[in-house]
Amino acid sequence: MASVSWDRLVDGVLSGDVRSLARLITRVENREPGWQEAMKALYPASGKAAVVGITGSPGAGKSTLTNAVAGLFAAQGRKIGVIAVDPSSPFSGGALLGDRLRMRESAVHPDVFIRSMATRGALGGLCQGARDVARIMAAFGKDLILIETVGVGQDEVEVVKAADCVMVVLTPGQGDGIQALKAGIMEIADIYVVNKADRDGADEVVADVLGMLSIAGGEGSPVLKTSAVTGAGIAELAEAVLAGIGRAKNRETWLRERVKAEILSLMENEILNSLVGKFGKNGALEKAVSGILDGKSDPYTAVEALLPGLSEAASGDGRR
Amino acid sequence: MSEDRKIRVLIAKPGLDGHERGARIIAYGLRDAGFEVIYTGLRQTPAEIARAAVQEDVDLVGLSILSGAHLSLTRKVLDRLSEMNASDIPVIVGGVVPPEDAETLASMGVAGVFTAGTPVSAVADFIRAQIAKKTD
Ligand SMILES: Nc1nc2c(ncn2[C@@H]2O[C@H](COP(=O)(O)OP(=O)(O)O)[C@@H](O)[C@H]2O)c(=O)[nH]1
Ligand SMILES: [Mg+2]
Repeated sequence: MASVSWDRLVDGVLSGDVRSLARLITRVENREPGWQEAMKALYPASGKAAVVGITGSPGAGKSTLTNAVAGLFAAQGRKIGVIAVDPSSPFSGGALLGDRLRMRESAVHPDVFIRSMATRGALGGLCQGARDVARIMAAFGKDLILIETVGVGQDEVEVVKAADCVMVVLTPGQGDGIQALKAGIMEIADIYVVNKADRDGADEVVADVLGMLSIAGGEGSPVLKTSAVTGAGIAELAEAVLAGIGRAKNRETWLRERVKAEILSLMENEILNSLVGKFGKNGALEKAVSGILDGKSDPYTAVEALLPGLSEAASGDGRR
Repeated sequence: MSEDRKIRVLIAKPGLDGHERGARIIAYGLRDAGFEVIYTGLRQTPAEIARAAVQEDVDLVGLSILSGAHLSLTRKVLDRLSEMNASDIPVIVGGVVPPEDAETLASMGVAGVFTAGTPVSAVADFIRAQIAKKTD
């Protein structure tokens, strides 16, 4: 089957064709040649959507909550995109993406588009990948994009960090778990959700979070109890999300930092890919490896030899 | 990068039978074969399956059907796919399928039929070959 041209897919996305949306996401995710041109073409249309990050331990109820919130927002007439990230197996490179299982109610809504995404290797970066997918959905016409990710790896933390509003999902019985949660995750939360509040122990977790926030100076962040099963607290959560998005627009320093981080991450990938391509092809990389293993060189000298002038250039301005 | 492009498949269970084991074995097995497997669980309607296949842009849909209703359910999934302009996504069927029904399924356009007990590696090889054929 001859593959459809990028131009046609871009046009399809901009005119609201679902299949074009799904296919373009695949190609960009695979970093097929030409992906940057497509992203450039879509960028101007992608500015209006807001991105919400949803993170927390496996089993906390992120998918179930995402389903509930997506359903509610869709019922309000908003167009919703969902990106559900699950880890790739480090052994096979495959992945079992099961979040849709918990999103059946919202998935049937015509304005909800759900896409599962595996973390894959570091190549291209999960964060940039998810950001690109969110942007494609935005250009398609989605108003609100919810990104679910397990808050374990650094990559995954980066994903939600780039969101306009971040909710961290906790559950009863996780009192001690709060300490165990990655410090980095609690710090980036705009909203704390204690889900499974239909079970005993939710109030204790709320108290623990409030205690932690008062120590960390994070008072004012909402701490909400929800039950994704009974629906209790979902409407309040949805309102808190919209309020959080509203606040993001005024965080000017943060908005600048976010753009800067994206430029740096794209540059890092470009540079790395071109270096790996160049030194991989001409054999310099393997030669350097052999030199080190043979005891004739060391990694620091090898890098200097591969990139002559680069370290001087970097420190050039700062010369004493 | 397209040589080692990730293969994405949807494993779905249409119909009312509650036997999830076969579908799960296939889903995990294909993950271990390096595929990205979207698993949507029990009792999916044909419309839900087609929607998921399109949104996830899968290379192939695998239906696990043990209820005996493989002919009518598969027909419905194919119809929904075609309504969504997605007839090009190959569909395979796994389950308890008598040989004469396997022929009927093939004539409907099903790419492959696997009876219970087919090793996952055989299914994985079949899927790889199917996709290679398609991208040629
Ligand atoms: N009792 C109760 N169970 C819930 C609630 N939310 C989710 N669950 C269950 O918790 C399990 C894990 O949910 P899931 O959404 O897949 O969690 P995730 O791994 O964080 O995405 C499932 O069995 C859900 O049905 C809730 O509010 N109350
Ligand atoms: Mg989940």
